[in-house]
Amino acid sequence: MIPRLFGLLTAAILVLPSLARAIEIQEVTSPGGIEAWLVEDDTIPFVAIDIWFNGGASLDAEDSRGAVHLMTGLLEEGAADMDARAFAEAVEGLAAGFEFDVYRDALTVSARMLTENRDAAADLLRAALVEPRFDADAVERVRGQVLSILDGDDRDPDELASRAFNRLAWGDHPYGSALEGTRESVSALTRDDLLAAHRAVLARDRVVVGASGDITAEELGLLLDRILGDLPAEGAPMPEIADYQLPSGTTVIDFPSPQSVALFGHEGIARDDPDFFPAFVLNQIMGGGNFRSRLMQEVRVARGLTYGIYSYLATAEYGQTMGGRFSSSNDLVAEAIAVIREQWADVAANGVSDEELEAAKRYLTGAYPLRFDGNGRIAGILAGMQADGMPVDYILSRNDYVEAVTAEDVRRVAERLLQPDALHFVVVGRPEGLDASN
Amino acid sequence: MLRRIALGFVLTLATTAVQAAENATEFFLDNGMQVVVIEDHRSPAVVHMVWYRAGAADEPPGVSGVAHFLEHLMFKATDELESGAFSRIVEENGGSDNAFTSWDYTGYFQRVAADRLGLMMEMEADRMRDLRFADEEVVTERSVILEERSERVDSTPGGLFNEQMRAALFLNHPYGVPIIGWRHEMEDLDREALVSFYEDHYWPNNAILIVAGDVTPDEVRALAEEHYGPIPANPDIAERVRPQEPPQIADRRVIFEDERVANPYVARAYPVPAREPGDQRRAAALTMLAQVLGGSGQTSILARRLQVEEERALYAAAFYDSTSYDPSSFNLVNVPVPGISLEEAEADLDRILAAFLEEGIDPEQFERIKFQIEASQIYEEDSVQGLARSYGVALTSGLTVADVEAWPDVLAAVTIDEVMAEARTLFTETRSVTGYLMRPDEEAAATIEPASAEAQEAMQ
Repeated sequence: MIPRLFGLLTAAILVLPSLARAIEIQEVTSPGGIEAWLVEDDTIPFVAIDIWFNGGASLDAEDSRGAVHLMTGLLEEGAADMDARAFAEAVEGLAAGFEFDVYRDALTVSARMLTENRDAAADLLRAALVEPRFDADAVERVRGQVLSILDGDDRDPDELASRAFNRLAWGDHPYGSALEGTRESVSALTRDDLLAAHRAVLARDRVVVGASGDITAEELGLLLDRILGDLPAEGAPMPEIADYQLPSGTTVIDFPSPQSVALFGHEGIARDDPDFFPAFVLNQIMGGGNFRSRLMQEVRVARGLTYGIYSYLATAEYGQTMGGRFSSSNDLVAEAIAVIREQWADVAANGVSDEELEAAKRYLTGAYPLRFDGNGRIAGILAGMQADGMPVDYILSRNDYVEAVTAEDVRRVAERLLQPDALHFVVVGRPEGLDASN
Repeated sequence: MLRRIALGFVLTLATTAVQAAENATEFFLDNGMQVVVIEDHRSPAVVHMVWYRAGAADEPPGVSGVAHFLEHLMFKATDELESGAFSRIVEENGGSDNAFTSWDYTGYFQRVAADRLGLMMEMEADRMRDLRFADEEVVTERSVILEERSERVDSTPGGLFNEQMRAALFLNHPYGVPIIGWRHEMEDLDREALVSFYEDHYWPNNAILIVAGDVTPDEVRALAEEHYGPIPANPDIAERVRPQEPPQIADRRVIFEDERVANPYVARAYPVPAREPGDQRRAAALTMLAQVLGGSGQTSILARRLQVEEERALYAAAFYDSTSYDPSSFNLVNVPVPGISLEEAEADLDRILAAFLEEGIDPEQFERIKFQIEASQIYEEDSVQGLARSYGVALTSGLTVADVEAWPDVLAAVTIDEVMAEARTLFTETRSVTGYLMRPDEEAAATIEPASAEAQEAMQ
């Protein structure tokens, strides 16, 4: 039987700048009304599908922190008429792959399915998403795993640093606490909490889908109805905006290690801010993860104070920071912090050189097309673009936005964004010559 | 199964990857440089890699870490390029680059638009012979690798424990020496050690060029002859003969205590053969054994018995490194749930293995694994960089392109009887190293607890 109505809205041909190759994104609406973006490519007989549920772990109910995380861990631990082992055997028997992850803004599902048994694989994914069982033995097993993760985090300097920074920055907002919850909150979670978390997050009103590989638009629409059609139409209300609360200073957390981990930052900039692209280029110049960056050059290359340092714009949906991370031997960390503060102040006051700006733009525009590398990566990019509210032709215009950034833009945004006097450093270790201050 | 659990305890990056590209072409330049081209025309990019048949296990005694140190120096000044220019030019062309060092190889790669391939070759060929080793850069970069050791090894009890396990497993072979180096030897690494390693190993007839992506073999041949072709071969490259292990006649034990340990665990390592040129059958059986015992968090023997049925383990698994120049190791790990001691956890491992030798392998499980391996050939085609890397690892481990291409069929042909024969040899006749990673004692462990409490007070 032919599906009665199949809505294929547009098929935009997007030619990536500087590359004479087309990536064709099809906007698909399933018969049941689920929207998806698809790059069809039958070179390899499988499809990768990324299904993201916006809201993620920030939809935890106030008194059950960690419920969404534990629920996510249980999606593959038994569904419909299959217990955990039967479900795993069924997935392995089809050589399908499902990865369930949860972040502060989304629960993500990355699936890959062979063309030869795609429908059977989709039925298993449907069962995991729509009919998870939350069997008592599976709940206790995964709860034990979560508690061991939390034990590990108590002794992991990176975790201690990010937990402290987030708590100081975001307070009582969900962003202010670890999405895994605490030993107390996780121990107290009940099966009802898990069912509530499932209802809150897994709903059709917050889902975005990216797909790439050996599937037609029509087949994808039917497949999505099969996987997602039985989920409830609406989930829980989205989180509130978070207020950034952390003043300048240094927080030292004692930790027995020859090396200190340092996390630093201040308030950031939103993804939809008109100054986002200048900020994006600015961050690339400051510490965007390659050897050319100011921080890498000054802290690692020129002085050997660290193995690696980077900065980032954390553009979460409900609160943003600009920050960075490095680790240094305990006797070097104070010097590294001084160098970072100097660089922050220098760029805030003087902007960056034309050469730095051009190099960053060349890198960002040149690297962008190379991202579209394989079905798995493309599916993830398509889902991420939708989660960020980007239009389907964003791929076409993105490099133009980067190219349009001028030295004057960077100077203006550096002055606004980089606040050397607002930087807060959380240092975990036994740093020498560094006092906690406020 | 939460993936963070699995990732947290992974001892070695054991891969069951099958990795035979559909479109691989091999040829040699006149100077002996081996070239492999893997075509993938889906995206207009290429991965360009040069692999040297030289890694940490090829270092002379006393200069541990020099292979990796040299990898860092390769990004510094040559007679053509100033320090840092290599990565800057790659980035300005929209590419990314990096390098890696293991016991059997050192590799350098860039990922760029296909029309920049010649530029990458020009720069890579330049630094193959013309690195300058400025004294001040040696000193600064030595500080960086010491920081890298602090971050990757000394800051993690698991990293230190792995180092001790390998040192105990390999009494005589340099596989027992860490890639990053022992700190006391790293501190003394100098220009002379670097230059000596470079002169011994960085020659075209000791290198493998791998280009994967939107190119044809003819295009690669022309560019490679232009850029790498003029570099003379070194007829004096030494054969790779490392000191070999004596027969292991004693079980060995490693007890490593560290107050930062969160989840104590027991690990065991057995010396085993790796894939041999023209003879990959035993390695294939061991690969299947690792899958049967530990390939899945739900259905493999160790996880199913210890995690799911008995609920005595947080994580239990098996790993085997099939691709290695000299014999490698087969590893087991058991992370018990709180309340179960490491002695009990070790006894659990032995009990499950004994029962496994009695009961054998469920044919349905075996068929599922075979099908997954078959399917992984399809999935792996999605990452041309992963394919290129697997060729590099195999070829620097002494295998040939023919071995790589035969590997999926060798895996497919393995029988349950062969796997059980390997299991019996391993678990009843082979001496092993058993290690405990643990906290000193509860009192000492308690000293770390205030960390999170203190965090709340540090900011007044």
